[in-house]
Amino acid sequence: MEAIDRAAKQFVLTVQEYSLFALRAVLNLFSPPIYWSDIVLQSDIIGVGSVVIVIFAGFFTGGVLAVQSAATLAAFGATAVTGQFVAKSMVCELGAVLTGIMVSGRNASSMASELGSMVVTEQIDAMRALGVDPMRKLVTPRITATVAMLFFLTIVADFFGILGGAVVTVFMNGQNGTQYFSMAYQHLNFHDILQGLVKPLIFGFIIATTGCFYGMRTTGGTQGVGRSTIQAVVFSSVLIIFVDLLISVLMVSL
Amino acid sequence: MNETLASPVHSAALAGEPVVEFRGVTVSFGGPPVLEEISFTVAPDETRILLGPAGVGKSVLLKTANGLVQPDTGSVALFGQTITGLPERQLFPVRARTGMVFQEGALFDSLTVRDNVAYQLIQEKVDDEEIDARVLEALRFVGLEQTFSLFPGSLSGGMRRRVAIARALINRPELLLYDSPTGGLDPVTSTTIIELVLKQRDVYKTPSLLVTHRLQDAFTMCTHRFDADKGAMTPLPEGETDHNTTFLMLNEGRMIFDGSLHELVNSKDKFVREFLE
Repeated sequence: MEAIDRAAKQFVLTVQEYSLFALRAVLNLFSPPIYWSDIVLQSDIIGVGSVVIVIFAGFFTGGVLAVQSAATLAAFGATAVTGQFVAKSMVCELGAVLTGIMVSGRNASSMASELGSMVVTEQIDAMRALGVDPMRKLVTPRITATVAMLFFLTIVADFFGILGGAVVTVFMNGQNGTQYFSMAYQHLNFHDILQGLVKPLIFGFIIATTGCFYGMRTTGGTQGVGRSTIQAVVFSSVLIIFVDLLISVLMVSL
Repeated sequence: MNETLASPVHSAALAGEPVVEFRGVTVSFGGPPVLEEISFTVAPDETRILLGPAGVGKSVLLKTANGLVQPDTGSVALFGQTITGLPERQLFPVRARTGMVFQEGALFDSLTVRDNVAYQLIQEKVDDEEIDARVLEALRFVGLEQTFSLFPGSLSGGMRRRVAIARALINRPELLLYDSPTGGLDPVTSTTIIELVLKQRDVYKTPSLLVTHRLQDAFTMCTHRFDADKGAMTPLPEGETDHNTTFLMLNEGRMIFDGSLHELVNSKDKFVREFLE
């Protein structure tokens, strides 16, 4: 019982610390100094650096969706709606979630390990001793860059997902390409696109805040860095899927 | 080295106040106290050597001195201003007046030696030409001009420590905090580092707080001076010691000694005797 009590208190404390950490990082955007060059540098690392994996993940996922859906839809004589199915799945759900998970694996881990290494080698303390706020210099630029870049990466994933579906539909299932794109285009409405573009903004925030939070509270040397990295990836991935569910429920009910 | 690395006029010194003052400071990190009821001062032009075995809270004390660690009770005054309880944002300008050398150097791995040493100047948006000149001058002071464009990863442990000293000195600090600057180094490199510390003490009179568990370094600091003409460290005449270099000793988070070298070697305290022997 005592162990449960302690674990519950620890959980509440962690949530409180995370919330304050994220709030401070965001508020830093509204007062100087803002490190624009660090935001651009992080955008390059997070955005440009993740483009290739996002293209591949999107393309293959779209292809898989087309393969699986065509088999099921054929039973009802509705293979013509493959384009609609793939486009809607990619834009509403999979584009954002897949990109979020991929970027989380790549960047939440790198943020946690980079900042964690800086903590254990006293580089963060050195930065503070030199009169520079590590939250402003390291955390806020990463959050800003991840939120902005995940938005565009999701659009890239959506595009290549629909393209992957088209390749499978045309070259493997022998269907008409014009029909595929026409169905995909006609059945996508503003609500779907809004849903697909709101999610990456929130997922980007989750990835960067989780990665930086676990990195900045690293203790216990190199072993601690490893632990922080694992925690950052696990929590950000689970949180992305959980928040995706909440947003989907909310937006479907609107 | 020219005048630009020299310490500026000490505002606290002019006011006749201690540069650092600890008043009954206790620090704990949610467990038993790491520091307990610590009180001492660092006067202008004074070098205080903090002795003690590993793990007694020496580094925590040093970090408390410039507000990197906040005490649970008691207060710390830096340059006459109480810094305890100040929000982090207000601490940055006070900290910027101090120079700190960390245990392992704490150089930024992703930056070149030039950018590491110039870190503070870059944040202050100082002109590039002036930055280069001042970095070269600071590197010349520690004898490492040739490392200007290198990354810390390609430097030896001693070189990293010397670059860290250059970084601490570049903004003309009014107080220097050295955290075990010779820890883990070979005797020759340790002597080079101690010579640099002496040079800063004797030529530029910057007050400092130096943490070490190496007695030989502490005694060298007391029994030697930096001869600016020879450009090297020379021993003081037999029986003479530097009266501005005094000692503190920590044990299990408590300050058990505060005094001169003479008082230290004649101390009756059991722990001090054991430590010296």
